[in-house]
Amino acid sequence: MDIVLQNISKAFDDYPAVHDISLAIRSGELIALLGPSGSGKTTLLRLIAGLEFLDRGRILFGDEDASAKSVQERNVGFVFQHYALFKQMNVADNVGFGLRVRPRASRPGRTEIRRRALELLDLVQLSGLEKRFPMQLSGGQRQRVALARALAIEPAVLLLDEPFGALDAKVRKELRRWLRDLHERTGHTTVFVTHDQEEALELADRVVVMNAGRVEQVGTADDIYDAPASPFVHGFIGESSSLPVTLSGGTILVAGRPSGLVGAGAGAARLFFRPGHVDLLRPGERGIAGVVTGSRRLTDRRRLEIAVGGSHSVEIDVPSLPETSGVLETGSEVVFRPREFRLYGESETAPRRAA
Amino acid sequence: MRGRARTWRKRSVLPGFGLSLGFTIAYLGLVVLVPLAALVIKSAGLGAAEFWRLATDPRTLAALRLSFGTALVAATINAVFGALIAWVLVRYRFFGRRFLDAVIDLPFALPTAVAGIALTSLYAPNGWVGQFLQPLGLKVAYAPAGIVVALTFVSLPFVVRTVEPVLAEIDRELEEAAATLGASRAQTMFKVIVPALLPALLTGFALALARAVGEYGSVIFIAGNIPYVSEIAPLLIVIRLEEFDYAGATAVAAVMLAIAFVMLFVINLLQAWSRRRFGYGS
Repeated sequence: MDIVLQNISKAFDDYPAVHDISLAIRSGELIALLGPSGSGKTTLLRLIAGLEFLDRGRILFGDEDASAKSVQERNVGFVFQHYALFKQMNVADNVGFGLRVRPRASRPGRTEIRRRALELLDLVQLSGLEKRFPMQLSGGQRQRVALARALAIEPAVLLLDEPFGALDAKVRKELRRWLRDLHERTGHTTVFVTHDQEEALELADRVVVMNAGRVEQVGTADDIYDAPASPFVHGFIGESSSLPVTLSGGTILVAGRPSGLVGAGAGAARLFFRPGHVDLLRPGERGIAGVVTGSRRLTDRRRLEIAVGGSHSVEIDVPSLPETSGVLETGSEVVFRPREFRLYGESETAPRRAA
Repeated sequence: MRGRARTWRKRSVLPGFGLSLGFTIAYLGLVVLVPLAALVIKSAGLGAAEFWRLATDPRTLAALRLSFGTALVAATINAVFGALIAWVLVRYRFFGRRFLDAVIDLPFALPTAVAGIALTSLYAPNGWVGQFLQPLGLKVAYAPAGIVVALTFVSLPFVVRTVEPVLAEIDRELEEAAATLGASRAQTMFKVIVPALLPALLTGFALALARAVGEYGSVIFIAGNIPYVSEIAPLLIVIRLEEFDYAGATAVAAVMLAIAFVMLFVINLLQAWSRRRFGYGS
């Protein structure tokens, strides 16, 4: 089912948690809400579920206005970070709960509820554990029970609030892949919240990057990583280095000196690049010059901390070769040039020029 | 202990197991078991036939029935309304909440005789409350109903204070999860919250019941103390003592002890069962 958010806002005690957000979620899409803590992503998810009430705007489920509907009426599957399983019920009863509480007219019979619960447990690969209690399951198993429980009500949309946040890294990766498979098989419109960019980029069809209650960018993993729409997105997704620069006559000046990079416009701007997208140049060549202030060995590369123009520190990655290890010690001078970079005006958020 | 193949306990980082267990046993022995044992020995000296005669005396039976009956009613009332009060105190933030919270403990602090006298003057036929009940034909003071009122008053804090922390532990997300699954407020209450509270509720019920069975001070003022009608077992014990009928007093006390022990034991089993049944521990 299509979900459309129209100019929705929500404030808690005058603190705007979600500010004027519009978003169209297509039927069957898997969407990630990504952002740092306090960016409003969980609030947005809870607004869609009806667990919070809108201050302004509308939420449409298909053609229907769901804004005034209660949680119960919205028929959403919600999965909580800490599972929220009913610990006094066994696994099968947890999964069947949503069917058991239906009004008599639409409630399936006991055996039918049980059959559906077992079927869903099979889907989430927990067959044979239906008699266990939640306390007897591992975190990953609990979250799969929670998912089966949410799916049991045949929800209009599946909403997951940091579903893997409480799990350890290995289980998290397994579940991530597994959720992607499950989504491809069942085709539920799914929105999940995460602060883990890797998770968002790997799992989602489209990623909504949020910051301070607003949407910074909506796009595929490629869009977000390769063409970040704002300095925030560039800095938040992947690794970034940035420098203040001046544009003058089509060239980019770093610390007052020409850097060999070209860019349109005039005045102050900020240059963003990825530490890995950098070429080391020979001394004297035209590029960005700086002094090495720190050096760390990563697996197959070396990460250098470089002071440019005295006070600005950036990070660049260089291949870790025997011939460079001696040269690039702390205090030595280097010249480098980003292969790819983006410029953002100091005050505006839109990019002026992409390399 | 180190180096021995067999030890009677596991080595633990928590120090002082031997010392603290020894102290626990000695303390429980001195404070609880010795007095109770003395009671049992004293009543055992009566001889079976004599004990049976004293224990099944109609006046004793009436008093026991009244004591345990009113205590059960009071504990049940508190289980319901105590849980409700705990709910309000835990779930809502409102002006005066801390004040209400402090009021809950007053029955603990007040001398029970004061409570008894206050309740009596309220519920007496010419009291503030009693004058309205009188025309309706309801007699509270000087009747078994008065005993229930007094017992409810003194045992209220037990349920509230045992349910409160458990209720605070229950995650709001559980209710939200139930709501997203389509459960109404009532369904959430009775299928999710109450089952989760049941073990704590049983503990509170047991404590309130135990307190109510043993209550003396407040009841004797409001009960009217009419033999066979509103005379509680603890009062009967005191009456026997005042008659220098030590054997009779011991017999009643021993029967009370036995019934109370069995009741608390059954409640404990129920609790253990509910914990297992509802997946706690294990």
